[in-house]
Amino acid sequence: MKHNWFSSRMGMVAVGGVIGILAILLQYLGNPANMGICVACFERDIAGSIGLHRAAVVQYLRPEIIGFVLGSFLTALLFREFRARGGSSPLTRYVLGVVAMIGALVFLGCPWRVMLRLAGGDGNAIFGFLGLFGGVWIGTLFFKNGYTLGRTAGQNPAVGYLLPLIMLGLLILRLIFTPVEGQTQSGILWYSLKGPGAAHASVFISLLIGLLVGFLAQRSRFCTMGALRDLILFRQIHLFSGLLALMATALLANVFLGQFKPGFTGQPVAHTQALWNFAGMVVAGFAFALAGGCPGRQLFLAGEGDSDAGLFALGMITGAAISHNFGLASSPDGIGPHGMAAVIIGLMVCLATGFGHLKRS
Amino acid sequence: MSHQVDARGLSCPQPVLLTLQAIQSASGKEDICILVDNQTSFENVTRAATGKEWTVSGINQDNDEYQITIHKK
Repeated sequence: MKHNWFSSRMGMVAVGGVIGILAILLQYLGNPANMGICVACFERDIAGSIGLHRAAVVQYLRPEIIGFVLGSFLTALLFREFRARGGSSPLTRYVLGVVAMIGALVFLGCPWRVMLRLAGGDGNAIFGFLGLFGGVWIGTLFFKNGYTLGRTAGQNPAVGYLLPLIMLGLLILRLIFTPVEGQTQSGILWYSLKGPGAAHASVFISLLIGLLVGFLAQRSRFCTMGALRDLILFRQIHLFSGLLALMATALLANVFLGQFKPGFTGQPVAHTQALWNFAGMVVAGFAFALAGGCPGRQLFLAGEGDSDAGLFALGMITGAAISHNFGLASSPDGIGPHGMAAVIIGLMVCLATGFGHLKRS
Repeated sequence: MSHQVDARGLSCPQPVLLTLQAIQSASGKEDICILVDNQTSFENVTRAATGKEWTVSGINQDNDEYQITIHKK
């Protein structure tokens, strides 16, 4: 048994605090405002970069996501925690990933970005946070009543290497097909000329910070959904302390850099429809809770060899494509033409999943 | 006589949930033995148990599997 300082209270606070600073640093170095790190947005951008959707403003192969998986993978190997495993309702987890992304894109952000938007002064994110809390709370009711996706089993290590290898492949594509000034396409990859997809730090900085976050999060088990879930379910503030630290340091860094702009209107990559900011995150929070981790945590678990978590991440990328192709995703102008239907269907899918996996005693 | 919780292969939050349910239904005199199969669950279960004023009295590790024995302080 190894002692793991990162999973102590101090370690968790330190990890959250460092991630908050790194996120704001990424914004300072070119990433979109209030979006230094957003797992949902960045997976959506990756979906755009490989042409799974053609929303022109959100296409960029984000090296941060690659760094998260590879950072966690290398760390897990180093600390002998890599273990290929899976088989706990894989297809259900994939569908939950799809639904989680659809909900997150109605709000415009994952739980990480909820905190970063709050730290940037975006009042709309208050409704997103409340929705996230509500969604996770509904999820905990199912856990209390015996909800389970079943046990995982050990798998051949080759299965565990797959998602890290897919990420390595994407990284190679990003390094071969570099952006060309004024062009929306470079080889087989798509790039945004304007909008959030055009705002990014340099590829090496993004990758390096991604790897560092992957290391920190793998060691500490940092999870933004788990933070709320454990608070609600166990009155435990361990993970929550990391989430608070993230927001605190991001807020301080924003104030220090003059990036803190409180208000509701004109906030970067955000809309002001409170009800749908709330409802979108209810769906996302509910799906994250049922799947046992926030989108970041799913990437870190996938790096450790959890193929079910890898499938959830692929589900999120699929969900991003569906969101933009079907007009479900919001924009700064408001929710998409079919955003309301998407929220209602997403909620129904989550409820059906929850009830369908209650363990009969 | 010890109560056993098999949380192997289960993901968060179930190992902790099962442990806390066992603690709640325990008489306080018997040990509880929890089986987990990864370091994260090991950390979570021991943190939750000590948070409920239980003491970890024994840890047996066999590769990735941990057998954690706890008893009430």
